[in-house]
Amino acid sequence: MSRLVWILAVLLSHWRRHPMQLATLLIGLISATALWSGVQALNLQARTSYDRAAATFGGARTAMLVSRNSATFPQQLFVDLRRAGWPVSPVVEGRIQIGGRSLRLLGIEPVTLPAEVGNAPAIGKAGLQSFVTPPGEMLVAPETLSELKLTEGVTPLASDGTLLPPLRVQPQLVPDVLVVDIGIAQRLLKMPDQISRLLVGKAKGRRAPLENIAGDKLRLVEPDAESDLERLTDSFHLNLTAFGLLSFVVGLFIVNSAIGLAFEQRLPTLRTLRACGVSAGMLNAVLLVELVSLALVAGIVGLVCGYLIAASLLPDVAASLRGLYGAQIPGHLTLKREWWIAGITISVIGALLAATTSLLRAIRLPVLAAAQPYAWQQAQHRWLIFQSALALIVLATGGGLLWYGDSLVSGFAVLAALLLGAALGLPAILERVLSLGQRSAHRPLAAWFWADSRQQLSGLSLALMALLLALAVNVGVGTMVESFSRTFIIWLDGRLAADVYLNAADDTQAAEIRAWLRERPEVAAILPSGRADTQIGGAPIEILGLADHATYRDRWPLLQASATAWSRLRAGDAGFVSEQLARRLKLGVGDSLDVPAPGGNWRLEVVGIYADYGNPKGQIAVNIAALTRRFPQIPLTRLGLRVAPAAVPALISSLQDKFGLDGRNLVDQARLKAESTRIFNRTFAVTAALNTFTLGVAGIALLTSLLTLGNSRLPQLAPLWAIGVTRRRLAAIELAKTMSVALITTVLALPLGLLVAWCLIAVVNVKAFGWRLPFHVFPLQLLELVGVAMAASLLAALIPMIKLARMQPASLVKIFADER
Amino acid sequence: MAIGNPIVLSVRNLTKTYRAAGEQIAVLRGVNLSVAAGERVALSGESGSGKSTLLHLIAGLDRPDGGEIRLADSSVSDLTDAGRAALRRDRLGLVFQQFNLIPSLNVEDNLAFQSRIAGRHDPAWHGELVERLGLGGLLHRYPEQLSGGQQQRVAIGRALAAKPLLLLADEPTGNLDEATADDVLALARDLVKRSGCGFLMVTHSARLAATLDRRINLHAGLIA
Repeated sequence: MSRLVWILAVLLSHWRRHPMQLATLLIGLISATALWSGVQALNLQARTSYDRAAATFGGARTAMLVSRNSATFPQQLFVDLRRAGWPVSPVVEGRIQIGGRSLRLLGIEPVTLPAEVGNAPAIGKAGLQSFVTPPGEMLVAPETLSELKLTEGVTPLASDGTLLPPLRVQPQLVPDVLVVDIGIAQRLLKMPDQISRLLVGKAKGRRAPLENIAGDKLRLVEPDAESDLERLTDSFHLNLTAFGLLSFVVGLFIVNSAIGLAFEQRLPTLRTLRACGVSAGMLNAVLLVELVSLALVAGIVGLVCGYLIAASLLPDVAASLRGLYGAQIPGHLTLKREWWIAGITISVIGALLAATTSLLRAIRLPVLAAAQPYAWQQAQHRWLIFQSALALIVLATGGGLLWYGDSLVSGFAVLAALLLGAALGLPAILERVLSLGQRSAHRPLAAWFWADSRQQLSGLSLALMALLLALAVNVGVGTMVESFSRTFIIWLDGRLAADVYLNAADDTQAAEIRAWLRERPEVAAILPSGRADTQIGGAPIEILGLADHATYRDRWPLLQASATAWSRLRAGDAGFVSEQLARRLKLGVGDSLDVPAPGGNWRLEVVGIYADYGNPKGQIAVNIAALTRRFPQIPLTRLGLRVAPAAVPALISSLQDKFGLDGRNLVDQARLKAESTRIFNRTFAVTAALNTFTLGVAGIALLTSLLTLGNSRLPQLAPLWAIGVTRRRLAAIELAKTMSVALITTVLALPLGLLVAWCLIAVVNVKAFGWRLPFHVFPLQLLELVGVAMAASLLAALIPMIKLARMQPASLVKIFADER
Repeated sequence: MAIGNPIVLSVRNLTKTYRAAGEQIAVLRGVNLSVAAGERVALSGESGSGKSTLLHLIAGLDRPDGGEIRLADSSVSDLTDAGRAALRRDRLGLVFQQFNLIPSLNVEDNLAFQSRIAGRHDPAWHGELVERLGLGGLLHRYPEQLSGGQQQRVAIGRALAAKPLLLLADEPTGNLDEATADDVLALARDLVKRSGCGFLMVTHSARLAATLDRRINLHAGLIA
């Protein structure tokens, strides 16, 4: 054991003598771990919130029985269904006010709650006795309790003076929801013997047909496999994960560079250790112990940094997910033990990955070979050829996947191959450019400038590759986001054509509202719409009914259309299909498709294709009158209203007062649009922040490479100083060299970034969501990025250059003294 | 001087062939030699005669093609890589022309390194080595802060700190001027005598070889 400790002490003593190398290694590992674990913390937090949201008894994932024509139905139906073997559980829902704050009140019956409700059964069952027996308990999320400024155990008063049951904290519960026993809820909501819905569990045996028990009073709502918004949140998380992974890889570049250099510098020591009797096995074991120890330290620091990053990004993520999913994400992070363990593990695995080459060389280290520090530079040419060949193979594989691949995985593989191939090919391209420069140089100092830049390339290439990747991803994601933003706003203007949208409770109320609206002079047009669901080839399809009105004709966003598209729609034998459905069914304008309808197939000619971003389901838009003829049972409760903007608030207020519609059923278009745009911007604010982090890490990679190279450059610079080139001039030349390779890398990153953007828009997005964005190039954005990259490179190059300019002559003279 | 002392190194019919540029080159063609405890032997020969190869084989840094090397009662030839490492650690001291000190350790730690990993650190012997090698004022310096002669004195001290059976030195004065070389070798001779180990030194210098007890000349892979 003490032998191992002594060998470890020798290896660690290297870092004491080279603190900058140790800092480089730790910074790389910390950056990699921090960004990766920060992103994972955000994802974990969001997923926990989804689980909590699912615990609101009757989300989209649970089958339900609801009334066909009213908000509630008699409790007796629950009794009848249970007797008939239906595994149903009653829920009553309404709103109450506490301290002027409106909260959702859910009444449940804990004994019959089905297991499929997710973690809901845990609620209420833990203390079943106290939950169901008077005065009962009111379960509340910790956040809501603190927002209400109340403490657990108190019995609050509702705004109408009713005494409520004592509060009990239930951490799984979503905020703004209160849960009580159903009997208490019926009393508080003044809904005796009424039920809002019945949750349906999985039946163990055959159950009697619903109609035999409930007649036509109830209808079964099947659970959604996955909602549109869930798909969007998936893409959001994918985006975050991709960034986390990229930052992780860039961080590993730094680690690899630091470990590689340290290994080269320690080669003589390793050989001496072997000569002094340290076996190869023992030496490799100690090298591993050293690396894992450093990775553990860096992992812990990285996790703390990752926590801080996640905490700083959480408000934007929470706002995005609240808008997209409706899930309330708490304002503070709660992280599980698994996150900490995973973070430490990823740090250790990252360190081992980055050190693989060095460790393999240590394992094969021949004890007798002469110590040759920096022999890697001599092998540069051979390595460049190998790396270029590898780059070509990777790019060719990417090309093959682009041509033949037909899945999201292949789309990502194309993107990965493009980035990896370009990074691998970068040193060879730089070598070529620098050798061209060398050939064109006539003055001796200029010739040395180019030749020395070439020699320096091997030491800088990893950092430059990291810079290339970070810049290319910045350009790619920036272009995609800008293209998306521009397209999204235009598309939103077209899709949200009406000024007010409302959804009546039933057809009767819709008729009453229509009659009332017709009397209102400020309402310029009433645009009824409807939706029917069907399936084509086993996939769910929405059919959207549009009114025949100029509002749609002028603004509906059509990507392709026949000349008489809108008049053909009126006739009822033609329709528009969404872009994703057109791609899936390989439909073009002029093609026909058969839509299953209650009276038999409905043959429609495709007369237009429209953008329907964010909707994973295929959609067909037809004339509303034609839709109601083919699907007579669909509710006609949806209305769009054209109203002068100034009159919108008063009209909404009147509708709320007269018909009891709330914010869920009555939406102001301007507010909806503003909210959508705000969500969009906040969603991509996270992306922008991660973009900046990644670029920052690449800047650190460049800085650390230059710092670690600094000392090994002295033997190249000292002879120039000796023949009369001043230290200041040498520093300026060094700066110019770094800036020129950084500039070449940046210039190469621009077309690569545009290719990445194209890949994201035309390959990954299409494979993931079925729709394609228009591709725009934003020259100003590119120029800005070049500026940022050059500033980062300048900052990175400045410290080593200042060190050189201020170097004491004695340090330079020592180079010659050390020569033997 | 070493007559009657036990044999610490015995080499019998040692052969070694290298392949270079597609050609087999027989470097050692049946070498026989022995060194007794306390005996100081110089191994000379022209460049390419196989001196360093012989030393490396004895040290277990490389494997022979044939023949046998015995260090006291153990056969070096049969050992595994780990066994040969243990042999170097516990029973041999190695001194190289390039000093091969550990640059990140100071003089004191360099001196004690091998004896510590061998688990045979003897503070009294360590102190004596420091004193005899004249390193007292240099203990906290790093190798880069030492002259060539000082570095080689540290290397000799490190090699002897674990009290090896045999000290092997490969051109230990090759990087030193004549006066420094004489000083360093005098110290090595003195310490070998004090520790009682065997000493086999590869050298080009007939002058230095003459200062040892016996001189062996290697010619074309055979002891001449």
